[in-house]
Amino acid sequence: MRRHGWLRLPFWLTYLFLYAPIVVLVMMSFNRNRSPYTWGGLSLDWYGRLAGNASIRTGLVNTLIVALGSTALSTVLGTLLAVGLARHTRSRLLDALSTLPAILPDLVIAIGLLAFYSAIKLTLGLHSVLIAHTVFGMAFVAAVVRARLGGMDTSLEEASRDLGAAPLTTFVRITLPTLAPGIVAGALLAFTLSLDEFVIAFFTAAPSEPTLPIVIYSMVRFGVTPEINALATLLLAVSFTVVIVAQRLTRLTEALK
Amino acid sequence: MTARQPVRVLGKASGRLATMGPGFGFLTVFLLVPLALVLSYTVFRRGRFGGVVHEPTGENFARLADPLYLEVVAGSVKLAAITTLLALLLGYPTAYLIARLPARWKVIALVAVVLPFWTNFLIRTYAWIVLLNSEGPVNSGLKALGLGPVELLYTDGAIVAGLLYAYLPLMILPLYSAVERLDPELREASANLGARPARTFWSVTLPLSLPGVLTGCVFVFVFVPSLGNFVIPELLGGGRRIMVGNLIRDQFLKARDWPFGSVLALAVVAVLVLLLFAQAWAARRAGRGA
Repeated sequence: MRRHGWLRLPFWLTYLFLYAPIVVLVMMSFNRNRSPYTWGGLSLDWYGRLAGNASIRTGLVNTLIVALGSTALSTVLGTLLAVGLARHTRSRLLDALSTLPAILPDLVIAIGLLAFYSAIKLTLGLHSVLIAHTVFGMAFVAAVVRARLGGMDTSLEEASRDLGAAPLTTFVRITLPTLAPGIVAGALLAFTLSLDEFVIAFFTAAPSEPTLPIVIYSMVRFGVTPEINALATLLLAVSFTVVIVAQRLTRLTEALK
Repeated sequence: MTARQPVRVLGKASGRLATMGPGFGFLTVFLLVPLALVLSYTVFRRGRFGGVVHEPTGENFARLADPLYLEVVAGSVKLAAITTLLALLLGYPTAYLIARLPARWKVIALVAVVLPFWTNFLIRTYAWIVLLNSEGPVNSGLKALGLGPVELLYTDGAIVAGLLYAYLPLMILPLYSAVERLDPELREASANLGARPARTFWSVTLPLSLPGVLTGCVFVFVFVPSLGNFVIPELLGGGRRIMVGNLIRDQFLKARDWPFGSVLALAVVAVLVLLLFAQAWAARRAGRGA
């Protein structure tokens, strides 16, 4: 490090840049002052105010419904897709198709689905967001599970087959348990992405049933309140916890291997 | 080779259908058909209240050349380019130093880079409103120094800060993996042959890490203008600067001109594909040259 003295400046600048906004936001959320920009002492008032905010509660419930539903669907479809792609085909076209939703700009997926829903005259609601989130969630699950399949020893499956197990038995008793860590990681990824997703939800949700990011967007657009600081701090805490737990989990599974 | 033979978990055709059928069925209905629909809209006239009238026309594409829209595109490209350059200037030294850290600190430094990336995108953008507001901490600091208040929010600078904040990890990660892979012996050899550290950097390290630089730049540059980011220009730019994402959003949700919105989206995807191909091509060339 000593030899790279002048490089340290941009290095620390990067971390300052990444964390200063977060630190300020968290500090503001504990600020007693009504004006969000000056310090007036420590307080938990805004968290109490937040708990009483009905539109945030509705948004949170809607987001959880969409995230849980789309994660369940993504996990089933994505896992099957990964197994199929790894074991039943060598088509590069199908391979590319399975990763397409992860590469396409979210705005393009959003307008495509809006046009499609409108063409088939589907009434928008939570179901339309759930479907939309499954489109990209599935791609991420498939990618993560495939990475796990790539490193998987096939001899157990062969042994199971040689011993006369039916294909479905082999799949359920050998393939799925071996893939489990990959499936869990993929599901976690799909869940987190769905929780945070704004652009696609903005296009495919009904105005009467907004998800939490949509609620946040409208709140932020119409001004800054200390309540948003409190909400932001809570969300930051949740995502930080999820990332760190996921990081620990992957290290744990790697250690067990 | 035998170990890598595809194991037929299920019967051949039925296995294929049972595993990939549901997934690709879903993707066909909810991705391919919608994309085809948007593609077809590019050649039709706009409907009065959204949607399209099925009369073929070429005028949607012609409108792309309108100076009004060219200006939007040029503005987006300018902000994306500035963001990419700043990301490179901050990201390269950071990635370089992370790669030199002891293993334990390396993981911590990398997680610390990615952590903000996993938090809610709107919250990250909102944090900059709090920071840059006329009564925010930055302006209070400037005022205390007798330099402010300065208008920081609702400027192009605020948009660049927000974009940089959103996409910096996309620059650091590929750079890190490129620098990490470099053989330390090459640098030692260069030093032993009498090259100063700066000389070693410019003629050994930098050229060998160019594929990572390229990947990072393409990621940031591509994601910035095209990822449909209408949120940052709107929240941090105060709606004064319209970027391509805002334009597409407005065509679909405000102006109700779906055909022109589709043309804009198609143009964005075309640029994206072109840049990704260029990057893959350059990476292959660099790989062969090494």
